[in-house]
Amino acid sequence: MISDRELEVLINEVFEYYGYDFSGYSRASLKRRVDRLYQIDGFTYFSDLLSKVRSEPGYVKHLVEEVTVNVTEMFRDPLFYKVVREEILPVLATKPFIRIWHAGCSTGEEVYSMAILLKEANLLHKSLLYATDINAIVLDTAKKGVFPLRMMKQYSENYMISGGKNDFSDYYTANYGLAKFSDEFTGKMVFSQHNLVSDGSFNEFDLIMCRNVLIYFDKNLQDRALQLFDNSLAFLGYLALGTKETIKFSTVQDRFQQLNREKIWKKVK
Amino acid sequence: MEEGKINVKCQVVIIGGSAGSLEVLLQLLPNLNTLNSFALVIVLHRKSGEDNLLENLIRLKTKVPVQDVDDKTPLEPGNIYIAPSDYHLLFEKDHTLSLDTSEKVNYSRPSIDVAFESAAEIYERTLVAILLSGANADGTKGLEIVKKSGGITVVQKPASAEVPFMPVNAIANMQPDYVLDINEILKFVTNINL
Repeated sequence: MISDRELEVLINEVFEYYGYDFSGYSRASLKRRVDRLYQIDGFTYFSDLLSKVRSEPGYVKHLVEEVTVNVTEMFRDPLFYKVVREEILPVLATKPFIRIWHAGCSTGEEVYSMAILLKEANLLHKSLLYATDINAIVLDTAKKGVFPLRMMKQYSENYMISGGKNDFSDYYTANYGLAKFSDEFTGKMVFSQHNLVSDGSFNEFDLIMCRNVLIYFDKNLQDRALQLFDNSLAFLGYLALGTKETIKFSTVQDRFQQLNREKIWKKVK
Repeated sequence: MEEGKINVKCQVVIIGGSAGSLEVLLQLLPNLNTLNSFALVIVLHRKSGEDNLLENLIRLKTKVPVQDVDDKTPLEPGNIYIAPSDYHLLFEKDHTLSLDTSEKVNYSRPSIDVAFESAAEIYERTLVAILLSGANADGTKGLEIVKKSGGITVVQKPASAEVPFMPVNAIANMQPDYVLDINEILKFVTNINL
C-alpha cells in the first residue's frame, strides 16, 4: 500500500510531466486504484513506480487507463432509460436537431444504448451523439461498437426492462464471440478525448449524460464539472447523472429543477 | 464494554453481512433507541438494481434515523447509513461517504472488505467492525486491517449464524477481539461510548 504522501507525490508528477490533473479526484477511490496498479504491475518500491512514470510516457497512458474506472454496461439502470424513453425523448423530439453529450463515456455501452432509444423513437436521423473520455484507449473500443457477445443476454434483459419491444439481437451481428453494433449507430457518433478537469465547453447540448463519473471527483471538482455542464446546456436542456449522484451540494443547484426520483435535472435558468 | 479495553471514543460502527445477516439486523435494530454519538454503517451483499427495499425495511424497524446514501453524503453521529447496491462504499477524510463502481471484490459490490479497509484507514482506533452471517469469505481481510489499524473487531458466533461460513472464515484467519451471539452483539453496541 502506498502512503498518503506518496499518492500526492505521484499526482504532482503525473501533472507536471503529462498534464493529467488528478488532484481533484476523491482520495479514497484514487488510492485504491493506485494500490491496485501497484500490485498488478508488481512494484516493491514507490520510487520504481515514480521513475517509470517519469521516463515512460507509454506507462502513463496505462496508468490513466487503470486508475480511471471503466466499468459500464448497456442500459445500465434500465429504469433510468425507461424515463429517458418515455419522458425526455418526446420533449427532444420537438427540436429540429438533437445534440447529446456523453461525458466520460468509457467503452461506449451507454452511447449505443442511447442511439438505440433514438432509433426506436425515430429520432436518430436528426441526432448527433458526442462521446468523450479522458482515456484514449477506451475511446478506441467505443468507436468500434464491438462488445463481448456473452454480455448480450444481460443487456437484452436490461433493454426489455427499459421498455424495448424489439428483438435486441436485431441491432448487432454476432461473430466469434463478439457483437458488432450496426454502422447506422456509429455514423451518428463523434468520439473525442476530453478531460472534464481541464477542458472547456465545446458545444451546446440538449442532453448531457454523465453517469457515475462525478463520484470519482471531490466536491470542488464536482462543482467545476457541473458548471461546465451548465455552460454547455441549452435552456431547458437536461442533465442526467448516476443513480447515487446529486447536484444538491453544488453551486449550480438553483439553476436546475429535478424531474422526479430519477437523477435527471432540467436547466431552468 | 470491557474495563480498560476502550479509552477512545468510537466514531463509527460498521456492520458487514451476507446471507442470513438481515435477520440478525432485524433483531438488533428494533432494540436500539439511539446511537451514542457514533454513526452506524451497514454493508450487506444485496441484489443489484434493487431499489431502496432494504432501506425501507430497516426504516420500519428502528427509531434511529436512516439516511439515504448518495455520493459525498456526510457521515454524522446518531444516524444509520446503508451501502447502496452496485457500488463500493468508501470513506473520505472529510467524513463523507464516496461511492465507486469499480470491479466486484469477492464477487460482491458492495464488498465488505473494501468498506472495512476504507473505514479503517480513516477511523483507525475509533472504528468498531462487526461481521455477521454469510456464505463467502468477504470481510475477513477487512477485519484484519481494522484490527491492524487499532480498531475493534467483532464476529458473530458461528453457532448463532444462519450461514456460518463467513464468521467461521474470519475466526480461522484472524483473531477477532470478540465473538458474540446476537444478544451479546446488541449489548455490546448499546454499551459503546457509555
